[in-house]
Amino acid sequence: MQVLRPATPAELAEAIAEAAAEGVPLEIRGGGSKAAIGAPRRARILDMRGFAGVVDYDPAELVLTVRAGTPLADVERLIAAEGQMLAFEPWDHGPLFGAAGETATIGGVVAAGVAGPRRLTAGGARDHLLGFSAVSGRGEAFVAGGKVVKNVTGYDLAKLMAGSWGRLAALHEITLKVLPRPRVEATMALDGLEDAAAHAAMARAMGCHAEVCAAAHLPAAVHGGRALTLLRLQGFEPSVTARCAILPGLLADHGAVRLLDRAEADTLWHGVRTAAPLADAAVLWRVNVPPSGGCAVARALAPLGARWLFDWAGGLLWIACDGDPARVRAAAEEAGGHALLVRAPEPLRATIPFQHPRRPGVAALERRVRRAFDPAGVFETGRYMDEADAHRIQ
Amino acid sequence: MSLVMPEPDEAVLGRRAAIIAALRAIVPGEGVISDPDALRPYESDALTAYRQPPMVVVLPETVAQVSAILAWCHREGVKVVPRGSGTSLSGGALPLADAVLLGLSKFNRILEIDYADRIVVAQPGVTNLAITRAVEEAGFYYAPDPSSQIACSIGGNVAENSGGVHCLKYGLTTNNVLGIELVTMEGEVLRLGGRQLDPAGLDLLGVVVGSEGLLGVVTEVTVRILPRPETARAVLLGFPSVESAGQCVADVIAEGIIPAGMELMDRAAVHAAEAFVQVGYPLDVEALLIVELDGPAAECDHLIEAVARIARANGAGTARVSRDETERLAFWAGRKAAFPAMGSLAPDYLCMDGTIPRRRLPEVLRRMQRLSDAHGLAVVNVFHAGDGNLHPLILFDTNQPGQLERAEAFGNDILRLCVEVGGVLTGEHGVGVEKRDLMPAMFAEIDLAHQQRVKCAFDPALLLNPGKVFPTLHRCAELGRMHVHRGQLPHPELPRF
Repeated sequence: MQVLRPATPAELAEAIAEAAAEGVPLEIRGGGSKAAIGAPRRARILDMRGFAGVVDYDPAELVLTVRAGTPLADVERLIAAEGQMLAFEPWDHGPLFGAAGETATIGGVVAAGVAGPRRLTAGGARDHLLGFSAVSGRGEAFVAGGKVVKNVTGYDLAKLMAGSWGRLAALHEITLKVLPRPRVEATMALDGLEDAAAHAAMARAMGCHAEVCAAAHLPAAVHGGRALTLLRLQGFEPSVTARCAILPGLLADHGAVRLLDRAEADTLWHGVRTAAPLADAAVLWRVNVPPSGGCAVARALAPLGARWLFDWAGGLLWIACDGDPARVRAAAEEAGGHALLVRAPEPLRATIPFQHPRRPGVAALERRVRRAFDPAGVFETGRYMDEADAHRIQ
Repeated sequence: MSLVMPEPDEAVLGRRAAIIAALRAIVPGEGVISDPDALRPYESDALTAYRQPPMVVVLPETVAQVSAILAWCHREGVKVVPRGSGTSLSGGALPLADAVLLGLSKFNRILEIDYADRIVVAQPGVTNLAITRAVEEAGFYYAPDPSSQIACSIGGNVAENSGGVHCLKYGLTTNNVLGIELVTMEGEVLRLGGRQLDPAGLDLLGVVVGSEGLLGVVTEVTVRILPRPETARAVLLGFPSVESAGQCVADVIAEGIIPAGMELMDRAAVHAAEAFVQVGYPLDVEALLIVELDGPAAECDHLIEAVARIARANGAGTARVSRDETERLAFWAGRKAAFPAMGSLAPDYLCMDGTIPRRRLPEVLRRMQRLSDAHGLAVVNVFHAGDGNLHPLILFDTNQPGQLERAEAFGNDILRLCVEVGGVLTGEHGVGVEKRDLMPAMFAEIDLAHQQRVKCAFDPALLLNPGKVFPTLHRCAELGRMHVHRGQLPHPELPRF
């Protein structure tokens, strides 16, 4: 497999223009932590790790400009040293696919819209990407957005780039909003709730003054036979103490609410964020629905032997299910959402698109938007299975 | 006015009667307005320096009507300008002489409130404040709060990606909208986003929010609502210099505090506001900072002390904490009076909206003063200090020949200055027609071409709200040509494997 390693915007532009001219599909890749997501394909690899390092970081401005190929772990260490964080909790998919250490790049997590439990209240990658420099499928270098936290100048192309999975442009420099790391985090837990009761408890907690920043539920089947519902609070110590005190009374009808030990809580949240309790699953789905729809999805898939956990107050399900993929997608759709196929054996990935198919009108509009950035389809590698001109291995 | 809008199409103007008849066939009764006197209220939005009566106004009541109007106009090559409540400060809803003005004011119902999922589904003509009013009894509110929230519509908020004084903590419209129903210029009805957090594919919703009515007409909006904070307290801080106030803002954020609001006023703004509403602002200061904290009482008490301590360390002579809700509102009354108070200083003002990196504030204010001297017009500054969003108010008198032009030139210089120091042309008011011709100060031709091709993907005939945002609207076919670098290739310095 041919791998290109451009290190300047000009080299990147030329690599893309050349591939477009030759008709060779090009796969934009950071650390490759998510390379096993999507259909098997044959493409020239555009390795973005030549674009590494911090361009500008002034903590008081709450803004970080960094080259896209910088390892996520490096970015997190840098800003943690200043008491700050990426509030959307991006994470490294590498371990999910057997990678040993830190593989994800900051550009990769932004391009895939990767976010963790705090996405519920703090927003996702889309909400923290302020601007970028990129080369589109035309081989043209361009910029959009800005380097300040408040900006409405021109179209918000940053939203399009976040979660575009490398189908529009190769991001080489990105500007992110960063936020102060909370002084204190506390996790309150409820034991032994059934899914429906856990949803009700999470909804009530999210609607009260406790300012819960993340809410998850681990059913008994994925947590050693005893279900656990997690409510995370963060902030300054007096505030967190006062807000934690709201929950026992508020949720009394669901049982006792207890404060978890910090180390235990950190492990549990890391598990929720990375689907660790389902790490042994051959087929792993990430289903995004309105919170009130989460239980119905689980109920529909239980007869197929599925196991699951809930995040985002019930609006995100990690589901281990090797039953009929069509039933997973149908359940997600009926609940008003969609299902992303995160991990599956190659034969399944070769027949089932990893992204949930869109309705025809939206699919057509997406295609027109993609062609606006990439008229020749140079980024259509076959990974997505929704392009007639893709180059998928049959 | 010095603004150049697209040349009206004489052929379209000549078909005005037929166009009105066609619209009446779609929207019966009083939903089509063609009488010149009745058109006058629509001739401008809140950027009143620019006026143009529309060819005709249509006020549909159903999505089917919106779709039919757009499909007909598309087929007939007639331009359409969408309009919400007409509160845009950048001329986003400025009519065109040869365009249909499509008003969404009759889409004024809240369709659904779901407290379990914490969302409200509203029609686009519902006002921003009406959403909060509908859910406040249950203890919820809609967070983005543009100053015009009593009048501005949620559909307009989506078009402009509206902010407000609390957006440092709670985000802009784009961070609080989950889904929309959009009708394209061709009349196709699409749902973008939904009630869940992430889209299945491209975030098309994300690019429609803030697209200033150029990509489609929004006919339904799903927003997130939040529990209303238990308490809110404000502290009034007076500083001997703008520098010390700016340093205080930086130090507050360095402490890990993200206040609900952080507003800075310069000396002239403080004096004008105090003369206008008499709320007891200290007059012996060069800069006044209002910091608002919200949340549980324990948090407000804790943080307000921390903010006051930081302020004193930065030389604040005044540090008054609001004792009750009345006093908190009084602190804000002065800030909110800043714009109307300008009326006592000059007959007219232009409000600018650039954002800068906060660290450049003292330099920007010094250079703005020099520009003020050069243009011979006074400027007063209010500033969303937390996020670096400046609102310089340029004072002038329209009735003095040449003053509007000088004020515009001064405003343009301020915005170029914002871009030069690493900022942007507009933080929350939008580009519209006001900043349209300044876009090249921030974006190269190739950057704008990438934005405009998105426009072409949604509206290839360029019939929806033309003349806004882009200084030159290139034909889509012209933009579609692929720039091929063939001939300069191959590049031997690129490693290959």
